[in-house]
Amino acid sequence: MSDRILGGLALVFAAFYIWQATLIRESFMSDVVGPKTFPLILGVAMGVCALVILLRPDSDPVWPKGMQLLEVLMAVAVMFAYAQLLPDLGFLIATALASTYLTWRLGTGPVMAVIAGIATSGGIYIVFRLILGLSLAKGPLGF
Amino acid sequence: METLNALAEGFAVALTLQNIFLALIGCALGSMMGALPGLGPANGVAVLIPLAFSLGLEPTPALILLTSVYYGCMYGGRISSILLNIPGDEPAMMTCLDGYPMAMKGQAGLALSLSGVASFVGAVFATIGLAILAPQLVKIALLFRPAEYFALYVLAFATLGGISSTNQAKSAFASLLGLMLAMIGYDSQTGTPRMTLGLLHLNDGIDFLVVIVGLFAVSEVLIFLENRHGGVDHKPPAIGRVTPPLKMLRFTAPAMGRGTVLGFLAGILPGAGASLGSFIAYSLEKKVSDKDRTFGKGDPRGVAAPEAGNNAAAGGALVPMLALGVPGSGTTAVLLAVLLSMNITPGPLLFTDRPDVVWGLIAALLLANVMLLVMNIPMVSLFARVLLVPPRFLMPVVAMISFVGVYGVTGSSFDLTVMVIFGVLGWVLRKLDIPLVPVVLGVLLGNAMEVNLRRAMEIADGDWTVLFGSALAIGLWAVALVGFVLPIFFGARVKRKMRMEDESSVKD
Repeated sequence: MSDRILGGLALVFAAFYIWQATLIRESFMSDVVGPKTFPLILGVAMGVCALVILLRPDSDPVWPKGMQLLEVLMAVAVMFAYAQLLPDLGFLIATALASTYLTWRLGTGPVMAVIAGIATSGGIYIVFRLILGLSLAKGPLGF
Repeated sequence: METLNALAEGFAVALTLQNIFLALIGCALGSMMGALPGLGPANGVAVLIPLAFSLGLEPTPALILLTSVYYGCMYGGRISSILLNIPGDEPAMMTCLDGYPMAMKGQAGLALSLSGVASFVGAVFATIGLAILAPQLVKIALLFRPAEYFALYVLAFATLGGISSTNQAKSAFASLLGLMLAMIGYDSQTGTPRMTLGLLHLNDGIDFLVVIVGLFAVSEVLIFLENRHGGVDHKPPAIGRVTPPLKMLRFTAPAMGRGTVLGFLAGILPGAGASLGSFIAYSLEKKVSDKDRTFGKGDPRGVAAPEAGNNAAAGGALVPMLALGVPGSGTTAVLLAVLLSMNITPGPLLFTDRPDVVWGLIAALLLANVMLLVMNIPMVSLFARVLLVPPRFLMPVVAMISFVGVYGVTGSSFDLTVMVIFGVLGWVLRKLDIPLVPVVLGVLLGNAMEVNLRRAMEIADGDWTVLFGSALAIGLWAVALVGFVLPIFFGARVKRKMRMEDESSVKD
């Protein structure tokens, strides 16, 4: 079933891609092939692939259920939040929060996770900012 | 002679304090990453690229650092195979079969040192093979015109999928997805924005560093999080004596020799890579030497052959990457990304324009092998101790370092968001048994492939038959076709056999 959904989505994607490719503006000074052709070829090939996957699916993988799925979704949400908040919070705070969360969810006790999170953040800051001089996100507090 | 001169110049490039230091760091990091289950060479190198980039390293030092990591992973992968029966990375899978039984018999030290020597033999000979073979391949490559290059790219995608997935439709899907992503952004010839959906952020295209780190590193964290209840903290057995007796070396030398040759050949084939190298080396060794049915029960030759094989394949995979710009494996695809991001296009011109890069790299690899031999035999217990650090502390560190690296290069939180999206995509694709390497390769080679197609057309005035216009081109198309079709019939069987060997070893 998963493969049929994948095939279906890929087919829609291929159609969308082909439609987008037809919208590419041709410039009057183009080469023989032009900017549209290769994307069109790719779109059509993708459509064929999608059909094959749709018609001859493999057996289903084991998808995470319930709590496991929630676990993955939460981690993704935390990483999205991290990406968004990094410039606002600054590197040290944002990283300490995110790595505390991940360490905790990977099965460490809460107190230990906070310590590990702060250590991770501080360690990376020392190595990459202070020793190697990489520019990390500066928050309102300057770190 | 020519080669020796070039190599001598290479050593002059490699033997600076900075480069030796980088090779040392790379070897140590690589051995560690290789030893840790879940962190393979492709992941390891992917996380480090943005770092090498934002540290402002020159191309040669950056390449030395990252290929040392690559070689180091190949050495380190065996440590957890032998001690824990968990391959540290995919190519080390075959080493479990006889390595772990040896450790159970109290010969962990012997297995580790023997496989260390085998790794060294495989890697050194492969590096020498690279030095000899790559310049020859360059001569052939000079005959390539745009049409042949286009056919070569098709060949790379066609053969790459055969090994990485059991379902050719899925590997084709992966390649096409990568190529389609590569089209996003300004068209290189006319400058029209394409496939950007009107988003200004996408005008410059998607940075392939973002794609690679997201697909490999971020998705690894998600997989890990999902399976965390299966993961227990391990306690490796005692290691003991780590010097192999001379008699044992002599006993296993033929196995190492055969493993090296087979591994190197497997490595050169586009798409095959180190996993196939060690698999072929082990299978053949078993056929040749297993007279007393000792294989799978701790036969030292069963450790020597696959280790020589996977290290030789790692070196072999660099041949097509440097000479043609078409990588032979997942990790070399990532290394190609390094070169491209430093504005260096691998291929025949690289050898004439930038011999310092090529020969400096080869010299550094020979140097790195000596370092790795020292690190992986006398100091092996140090790296084995890495296995005691529970992954629940390490995985978040890896995740955060990959964010740091990408942010260091792009400085935009939009790119971080895109990276997380690719992480989720990578996770879903892995679940569906869709290989990630073709996606990465597609993103990397997409533009070059299109440019070559359009140039070929331009030269031929729009005549599509030019793509089949020379014997060389027809030959490439034929190999591509065979490479794509053959696995449909045989690929599943080989894959199944690899898995069966692996599972039977777990049950013992």
